Amino acid sequence: MTKPSSNQFWGEDLTCVRGERIVFQSLNFELTPGGALILIGPNGSGKSSLLRMMAGLLQPAGGKMLWAEEAGEPEDASQDMDLHGGRLHYVGHHDAVKPVLTAAENIGFWARIRGGGEDTIHESLDVFDIKHLYDVPGRFMSAGQKRRVNLARIIAAPAPLWLLDEPTTALDKATIKRLEDAIQRHRDGGGMVVLSTHSDVDTPGSKTLNLADFASKAPLDEHVMV
Amino acid sequence: MAKFMELVKRDLALAFRQGMDSLMVVAFFIIAVVLFPFGVGPEVNTLAKIAGGTIWVAALLSSMLSLERLFQTDYDDGSLELLALAPIPLEVTVLAKVVAHWLTTGLPLIITAPLLAVLMQLPMDGFGTLILALALGTPTLSLIGAVGAALILGSRRGGVLLSLLVLPLYIPILIFGVSAVDAAIFDEAVRPHMLFLGALFVGALALTPWAAAAGLRQALE
Repeated sequence: MTKPSSNQFWGEDLTCVRGERIVFQSLNFELTPGGALILIGPNGSGKSSLLRMMAGLLQPAGGKMLWAEEAGEPEDASQDMDLHGGRLHYVGHHDAVKPVLTAAENIGFWARIRGGGEDTIHESLDVFDIKHLYDVPGRFMSAGQKRRVNLARIIAAPAPLWLLDEPTTALDKATIKRLEDAIQRHRDGGGMVVLSTHSDVDTPGSKTLNLADFASKAPLDEHVMV
Repeated sequence: MAKFMELVKRDLALAFRQGMDSLMVVAFFIIAVVLFPFGVGPEVNTLAKIAGGTIWVAALLSSMLSLERLFQTDYDDGSLELLALAPIPLEVTVLAKVVAHWLTTGLPLIITAPLLAVLMQLPMDGFGTLILALALGTPTLSLIGAVGAALILGSRRGGVLLSLLVLPLYIPILIFGVSAVDAAIFDEAVRPHMLFLGALFVGALALTPWAAAAGLRQALE
């Protein structure tokens, strides 16, 4: 197990505006080493938007996100996207599995551009029980298998923060259990996890954030746009 | 640098296994040029006069043909988000994709061009210059094209929009590319035209990765 790190990641007073409509506002969150945050809320409440915001793909319309390392000054996470991107793994709605590349090539590429090695590819295939897909091209994989390859990618090159947008989509029960175990190991090593879900993912000791609590109650023109 | 090569290798692997893209570009290039002798007649002098221009215009059009897919497939399957999040500056990623694009489309065009020059009765004096001008000009086409390809992400009918955005910007390359070939044929100085092509290439190399990366960030929001 790697040395527990003491990274912290938090957001203050975040506002998300999509298509001139406030999706959520005055949202605060905080993640400490080993922490997990479960995002719940009805469709359109901004779970995916918040995850994309945390990843740096979406700029907050208001508020800020901060990242602090051991004994370091907190820094604005949205300032240096390359630096921030290196700290996190994002699993979105798309699986980013190329149809003409095999599972090993797909995972290997993402691992190598993050400085991972060949040995971690086998390990990551093991975690999600897809060794048999090693040399199978993406076009012959089912939706669940592609999702497993996508999840194996985040095992193959370590990063302290995992942002998982409905990771259990298309997964069978046994694989959801494997994902829960992987998340637990990641947290034991000091990693942080944020995931959005509609089904139950067993993450002991996690905090829950209901996005519906931060929905805009007033029309847009009463707010100051940033 | 190792990561840059990794990106180029991936795009090359994708291009070769997805197969037909490069071949289609070359096939289009050949067919487009071959149409001209049918259109203007097989008279040697007429063909020789328009040879340089025809080959250049056909090269512009065929290089544009494959631009739409430069970022589109990565955008559709979510790879682009992950590339943006990778600890590599997005500008470098863009440059790697442009290099791969040029290797799979620009380079085959340069290799095919002499054959078409024979077909178009281009005088022998122009051959070397044509190849050299294409070698200087086609990377610029890929670079400028990358900006257009980034801007059309997420729009419908992207292909048509792309040609409207990119073709006007190709005009300077066309002008200096053709005048270089003409200068060689009429035994005038080729060097100034080549210098202009070189300047366009260096300028595009310095500016377009930033513009394209900004376009990609916009598309991902």
